[in-house]
Amino acid sequence: MTAVPQPGPDAAPLLEMTGISVAFGPVRALDGVDFRLRAGEVHALMGENGAGKSTLIKALTGVHPLDAGRVVLDGAEVAFSGPAQAQAAGISTVYQEVNLCPNLSVAENLLLGREPRRWGRIDGRGVRKRAREVLARLHLDVDPASPLGSHSIAVQQLVSIGRAVQVDCKVLILDEPTSSLDADEVAELFRVVSGLRAEGVAILFVTHFLDQVYAISDRTTVLRNGRLVGEYRTAELPRLQLVSAMVGRELEALEQLDRAPAAPAPEAVEPVVAASGLGRRGAIEPVDLAVRPGEVVGLAGLLGSGRTELARLLFGADRADTGQITIDGRVVPMRTPRDAIGSGVAFTSENRGAEGVVADLTVRDNIVLAMQAARGLRRIPGRTQEEVAARWIEVLDIRPPDPDALLRNLSGGNQQKVLLARWLATGPRLLILDEPTRGIDIGAKAQIQALVADLAGQGMAVVYISAELEEVVRLADRVLVLRDRRPVAELTGEDVEVDRVMELIATGHADPPGTGGAEWEYGRADA
Amino acid sequence: MRELWRKPFWPLVVLLLLNLALAPGFFAVRVQDGRLYGSVIDILHNGAPVALMALGMTLVIATRGIDLSVGAIVAIAGATTCAWIAASPDPTSPGAALEGIGIALGLSVALGAWNGFLVSVLGIQPIIATLVLMTAGRGLAQLITDGQIVTVNNPLFSDIAGGELLAVPLTVVVAAAVYALVALATRATALGTLVEAVGINPAASRLAGVRARVLIWTVYVFSALCAGVAGLMISSNINAADANRAGLWLELDAILAVVIGGTSLAGGRFSIVGTLFGALTIQTLNTTVLTLGIPPDVSLVFKAVVVIAVCLMQSPRTYELLAGRRRKRPPAAPPGEATPPEPRPVERPVERSTS
Repeated sequence: MTAVPQPGPDAAPLLEMTGISVAFGPVRALDGVDFRLRAGEVHALMGENGAGKSTLIKALTGVHPLDAGRVVLDGAEVAFSGPAQAQAAGISTVYQEVNLCPNLSVAENLLLGREPRRWGRIDGRGVRKRAREVLARLHLDVDPASPLGSHSIAVQQLVSIGRAVQVDCKVLILDEPTSSLDADEVAELFRVVSGLRAEGVAILFVTHFLDQVYAISDRTTVLRNGRLVGEYRTAELPRLQLVSAMVGRELEALEQLDRAPAAPAPEAVEPVVAASGLGRRGAIEPVDLAVRPGEVVGLAGLLGSGRTELARLLFGADRADTGQITIDGRVVPMRTPRDAIGSGVAFTSENRGAEGVVADLTVRDNIVLAMQAARGLRRIPGRTQEEVAARWIEVLDIRPPDPDALLRNLSGGNQQKVLLARWLATGPRLLILDEPTRGIDIGAKAQIQALVADLAGQGMAVVYISAELEEVVRLADRVLVLRDRRPVAELTGEDVEVDRVMELIATGHADPPGTGGAEWEYGRADA
Repeated sequence: MRELWRKPFWPLVVLLLLNLALAPGFFAVRVQDGRLYGSVIDILHNGAPVALMALGMTLVIATRGIDLSVGAIVAIAGATTCAWIAASPDPTSPGAALEGIGIALGLSVALGAWNGFLVSVLGIQPIIATLVLMTAGRGLAQLITDGQIVTVNNPLFSDIAGGELLAVPLTVVVAAAVYALVALATRATALGTLVEAVGINPAASRLAGVRARVLIWTVYVFSALCAGVAGLMISSNINAADANRAGLWLELDAILAVVIGGTSLAGGRFSIVGTLFGALTIQTLNTTVLTLGIPPDVSLVFKAVVVIAVCLMQSPRTYELLAGRRRKRPPAAPPGEATPPEPRPVERPVERSTS
């Protein structure tokens, strides 16, 4: 790859970071990184987890002291002692998680800590007036007096941006602002970001979604392992080159996966699991679904389409109020996860932190947890635990390969592998994976996808959910498309392709390609 | 690498050495009438009830709960036994004592089941759920004793606190046996891991197939049972049931013992041995007040100072200050490798519990 920095015909950089190095003990988190940001541009900062994106942002805003390098803002060298000072100098940051007060009004949140005062007291009218101005600037039609918590995450995210830009804001840093937004909300966010760009704000944008990089950014800087790979004009950077710049050699693993999946199991084979009329009021309308051994069934749909809800019913994580589940031809009550586990069903939740990992236990304890829970209080002998842990650490390439490491100290991708190990150790017949690759780096993604293909090849039945349609399409033999809590179609064989699935999600029926595509401008990958 | 000076036994060691310095015969133990006597034995004997309550409390806290009702259950257990013995046809017979003890322990289990029901089935916050019994329970005890102090004269009942096995006071034997049993149960079975898993992440544990509800229910029953036994020891010690004062504020001592022992109030990882040291520390502190001859009106202040010192010593913040380490954020690790441990702000929220 050729990493030729593009000086560009635009104005001189507003912000120039040169030779930035940050070390934590022996670990060099950033090693001589250069970064330039111009006024009136959206600049995507890309890299795998651990590439140094967050460290670079924190080095800029004064959270981390610099070991080497200098930061020049507007022609003057600066060194901030923390985010507050950075903000005073015009550098504001909006984080992935909204950290505002949901119980306060939109206006109060916008002006928290800098309310206009009158006679030493907060001037309520002034607050609302200022808030309306900020909202108008963002073209956001929201009642400033309404409680923040009554709005969607997207609006809350926009309010955070409003908070950031109302002071004299030269540089706006958006740290993965889209990870919890659906496609429409991303479009709304991007509209606001484009407006700010037109006003001349320099915007630094961190995301995992490639589509969004191409939708909004003018330039892209790629980091890998704490080093600068290169700065590119986004429009001139082919996707494949961007990905390979981010992952380096691991790209091969992704390409290998593009082989066609194994031939679908013949209809004659008895399904492992068959659900008929399975539904739950307010979550998902009744669905029929059968999964045969060796088959990967994808569930596709937007967030809230019922894809996660269906998976939870299949596992007994939530209780169905209609329908029934047959396993090997026998009707099985599926009221609790224990029922499901007892029937050889395994499930990893999309919410890895809250419903997956037990962060303060060791890797080994986490891996054997489901096995142990199935046995009750009879402890699995220490030697067996060691063997099981060692085996799955090796098979799944869990790093560090230390069964006694606390799970909290592993990266997201490795935590996900530990969760997979937990279930694979129970020898399940049906594996339900809800967003197993969310928020993990591309290398680990590829490994997990390869593993799923491999498991199916060995005869395991898999239900696979991912917001990234390409992932579902690549892996699945069949795709059940859900929309508005209802199944709308089931695609098999040749029909399993991204465009068809998107059509169905967008319109509910498969039209000729080309219609209904407009709302997908900002990418389908972020539902 | 764990720093030795943060271990939970240090406060105890310091207190014991202090006592030894002030009273050279502090560790002297003698046998009289077939029973061991001495300051150390007193600490063990008097500390046994709180040690037991703290043991139950440890498991409750490990599941992210708390049991405020143990002090009230102490009063109920004592009241029930004494009232039963006093009302029986032959108040001195062993039968009356055994019946009373059985009923008291059965009642304790029932009360623990009530707590567990509120917490695990109805999903009420543990602090509220057990507050119900903390207040109502003492009223129940007063109802049982009719508001009087019920005194009994039953040799078998007196033996709970006054008896001994191979010269060791029965209270110490019982407490030690229960500790050994629980330590064994949490190590030899999966109980410890499952309790920790539930305490660290209840939702994840449920999805992994752990019977979280049953486990939580069980720890509340066990906590109440421990409190019941403690109640028997306390009332047997004075051969009477005082519904107003028996076990008063002991739930706080029990919680403090758990905290001193290094178990986080946020749930999760727990230490049985730590709790034992915590309970002994509290009792030794009480003894120290006497050894030092601290006047009663300043003894509480003295205790407060020691408790604050102990808790400060264990707080991560003090540890960082004393270690002279600058707080640095963990680096972003290269992909596929572990991120170094993040400094946890509320790893051990001990300071709050001392108020």
